[in-house]
Amino acid sequence: MASIKIRAKVSDGVTTVKALVKHPMETGQRKDKKTGKLIPAHFIQEVTCEHNGKAVMTALWGPAISKNPYLSFKFKGASKGDTLKLSWVDNRGEKDSVETQVS
Amino acid sequence: MINMKRRTFLKGSVAAGAVSAAVGAGLLTPRMVLAAWPTNAFQAKSVDSALDALSGSHALEGSDKISIRAPDIAENGAVVPVSVTTTIDGVESISILAEKNATPLTASFVLGPTTEGFVSTRIKMGKTSSVIAVVKAGGKLYSTGKEVKVTIGGCGG
Repeated sequence: MASIKIRAKVSDGVTTVKALVKHPMETGQRKDKKTGKLIPAHFIQEVTCEHNGKAVMTALWGPAISKNPYLSFKFKGASKGDTLKLSWVDNRGEKDSVETQVS
Repeated sequence: MINMKRRTFLKGSVAAGAVSAAVGAGLLTPRMVLAAWPTNAFQAKSVDSALDALSGSHALEGSDKISIRAPDIAENGAVVPVSVTTTIDGVESISILAEKNATPLTASFVLGPTTEGFVSTRIKMGKTSSVIAVVKAGGKLYSTGKEVKVTIGGCGG
């Protein structure tokens, strides 16, 4: 389940992380056009990014984040080759994580 | 299922000493304890009640040290790119709210001590409204807003 694309690049001591997650991000307010029934909510609630085992960013998301969410942030203190771990968990308890090297 | 247990554990043990013991043992940082998903804040129907549930206060102080980058007109409300940059020191979290969404709180980013005051993501907007960025620093809330016109709503439909 490779649902995450991530890129982390360090420049002048600041690492920019960009990540794209494949997820439906269903709000629970949309109706199925064929049956007229509400499509149950299904969205990512928490995204965590760790550098050397320390959380640098925790995103708490509601259903109002767009489908296939994009996320970017910056932090200091990482160097080339360091490992970053990004993981998400959704409201159904599904989850995924990925590790990448800072370039 | 493992996750459900973890959530129950986090919620249930705040009152008990288990968490503080875990913090002491270095198993959990306070930041991770705070990260339990704030259901009430995300279900709140107004900006004020969402902030109350999220941060315990909605006393916002306007700040010119926060800037929001978002389109003036969003053709598709389902994908509105929003970036928030702040030069305030000691930022604890950055939250993004769409004022007229059914539930205004879209996201709250909890930042670590080495993390810069910048986040970028894409949100859904039901209709034309103001996008509000709330920055928590030193226990206080600072905010700024930007009006985004939406031609096609991105919620429901």
